[in-house]
Amino acid sequence: MMSKEMIAMLLAGGQGSRLGVLTSDVAKPAVAFGGKYRIIDFPLSNCINSGIDTVGVLTQYQPLVLNSHIGIGIPWDLDRTSGGVTVLPPYESGDGSDWYSGTANAIYQNLKYMESYNPEYVLILSGDHIYKMDYEAMLDFHKQNNADVTIAAFPVPMEEASRFGVVVTDENDQIVEFEEKPEHPKSNLASMGIYIFSWPVLRESLIHLKDQSNCDFGKHIIPYCHEKGQRIFAYEFNGYWKDVGTLGSYWEANMELIDLIPEFNLYEEFWKIYTNQDMIEPQYIGPEAHVTKAIIGAGDRIGGEVTGSVLGPGVHVGKGSVVRDSIIMSNADIGENCVIEKAIIAEDVKIGNNVKIGMGEEAESKLNASIYGFGLAVVGQGSVIPNDVTIGKNTAIRGETSLEDYPENELESGGYIIKAGDES
Amino acid sequence: MKALGIILAGGNSSRMGRLSDKRAISAMPVGCSYRSIDFTLSNMTNSHIQTVAVLSQYNARSLNEHLNSSKWWNFGRKQGGLFLFTPTVTADNSWWYRGTADAMWQNIDFLKQRHEPYVVIANGDCIYKMDFNPVLEYHIQKQADITVVCAKLPEGDDISRFGTVKMDQDGLITEFEEKPMMAHSNIVSTGVYVIRRRKLIELLEQCNEESRYNFVTDILVRYRGMKKIYGYMLESYWSNIATVEAYYQTNMDFLKPEVRKYFFRDEPKIYSKAYDLPPAKYNIGSNVKNSLIGSGCIINSQVENSVLFKKVFVGNNSVIKNSIILNGAYIGDNVRVENCIVESNETLLSDTNYIGENEIKVISERNNRFGV
Repeated sequence: MMSKEMIAMLLAGGQGSRLGVLTSDVAKPAVAFGGKYRIIDFPLSNCINSGIDTVGVLTQYQPLVLNSHIGIGIPWDLDRTSGGVTVLPPYESGDGSDWYSGTANAIYQNLKYMESYNPEYVLILSGDHIYKMDYEAMLDFHKQNNADVTIAAFPVPMEEASRFGVVVTDENDQIVEFEEKPEHPKSNLASMGIYIFSWPVLRESLIHLKDQSNCDFGKHIIPYCHEKGQRIFAYEFNGYWKDVGTLGSYWEANMELIDLIPEFNLYEEFWKIYTNQDMIEPQYIGPEAHVTKAIIGAGDRIGGEVTGSVLGPGVHVGKGSVVRDSIIMSNADIGENCVIEKAIIAEDVKIGNNVKIGMGEEAESKLNASIYGFGLAVVGQGSVIPNDVTIGKNTAIRGETSLEDYPENELESGGYIIKAGDES
Repeated sequence: MKALGIILAGGNSSRMGRLSDKRAISAMPVGCSYRSIDFTLSNMTNSHIQTVAVLSQYNARSLNEHLNSSKWWNFGRKQGGLFLFTPTVTADNSWWYRGTADAMWQNIDFLKQRHEPYVVIANGDCIYKMDFNPVLEYHIQKQADITVVCAKLPEGDDISRFGTVKMDQDGLITEFEEKPMMAHSNIVSTGVYVIRRRKLIELLEQCNEESRYNFVTDILVRYRGMKKIYGYMLESYWSNIATVEAYYQTNMDFLKPEVRKYFFRDEPKIYSKAYDLPPAKYNIGSNVKNSLIGSGCIINSQVENSVLFKKVFVGNNSVIKNSIILNGAYIGDNVRVENCIVESNETLLSDTNYIGENEIKVISERNNRFGV
């Protein structure tokens, strides 16, 4: 097989538990974003736009949507006779079978995949962030510095730096120190979880640390390389980069797209983001509809009022309904005369008529206050909400609910109804 | 399916006005997200036809660009495929396609080398959904030489641009008139034919020997009565877009709920090339009523009863009414557009008015977008 200069390994197995019911049935990288995309589209498109045509996608948690989304990689031009995209789930072997127990452990378990391409460099990516980045420029930087490892780093405000793993560099961008969530950070350069390794260095580190439990890049591999005196450099990235790990940041990142000239602009011809779109039909805006400050997906039918919202493809908003400051994912069906405010409605949700969501005063979530906050009402994939109910803020709904689930036709703020699977 | 497909996409029509300056009719954008030929291509792939040849010669750039990959219609297969045949100079031929029959005759080697027993011939300028399998069954059951798919036009429609047909009770075609001044029937040929491959080869070779080049006048009309030519009625939506009025009307039809449901949501779907455009964006000041909006549009003002294709930009304080805006058009601030078809990638400068009075106005000015 022809060897590749650089291949990418994309970690897409995480649940993203802080996204609550949004990731009950899909892995975080498969969560919808921006009225058309899924989060994984951003790193995948970055790969092909950077000239990387060999990508291993490591899956583990709820991979069905992810698998069918990626397919053989046609939307990203990653259907190749040599290379292309390969989905890499955990597997059973002669020595037993192991789940992926950490980021580096997952990569270690796919050593053979990487060896088969005999690359010079390996790019490690995660499927958790919204950004456009030229990995080729990062590789040039890696080569120029004759580096063993290059870590992409993003300058964050100094007061927020203690939430991140930060890197401290010298005047040549070489990393001299790492600090994991430091109380008094010496630097504001946060690691983005994007690494370029020279292949022999990566291979040696993975094999050396193969028995480390939950082997992780940030916690084990990088410190090991640092101890060994490898040349580790920080590649400063100054574009748009957004972590969408919490419901609040996910909602915010979507809302930013609506700005008149958004900081993260999807309308530029340069650096297109590709996705597996099954909907190409146009959208229809009805005679009584009113749509402003919104992003509306293909095939949508809008009969009511939509403002300050991002709607995915195939959504139906019935007559007389009002959708404000919300995210509605693909194929959701909203009945007539509903009011939906500051909500996240996941894919294939069915909402009856005269339903009000996001009403009343805020109250702390009784399910999990650290997940369900920000005043958002969140409805998980495939849920059903009956006619005539009112739902408060900081709420979570999952599953086919019926009128009996709503005492006095109401789910007060902070409440939850989880009818399928585990409570999470 | 036991048939291969041929799409006669060569055509141009003076009745398309300036719209056909840019492209063959088959490549005309239709229904916001599609091009005309997508409907026939999708019908063929949905009928499990695996091999399709598109014959084209008039301004094929746009069509070529659209067909740059066969995978959108599921034709990228080892068995079969999508072929675009434009006229080529060969050792014994240096003609353009002199007619529909000649276009097929010039590609007769392709026909001879295939193994499918039947051929479905269609054109690229009709908007319809059709499963060709029942037509083929009908063709076999009637032991027909040629089966012509026919549609009944509503009273009062302009029939003079079609071939009109009269059938007996069994479906046998007894009269066939091409573009008659006075039509005797409101049943017209849709330009979709089913024929045995060997029969087609035989008829084409005979035609060529007699220096005849047109499939309709030299084969259908001439052999009517001599060969068993049957008609098969298509009862569902069918529209030919080959005049400015028909093109406008067909696009406006998509604003009707039943037409939208039929083409956009009912299976089987119509496929088209993926353009990877972002979703449409509505800014403050946008006010859209009863309109279809394509992907990648950015709208800042009023749009009513209109169809906006992909990537249209509408500036501030503009009004668009009863109009069709083709892909990539840029409409500046304070522009009024009524009863118009705006050509693709047109730029309408700020503070201008375009009103079609009594008839639909085609706007093709090729203004400089970023000029003074």
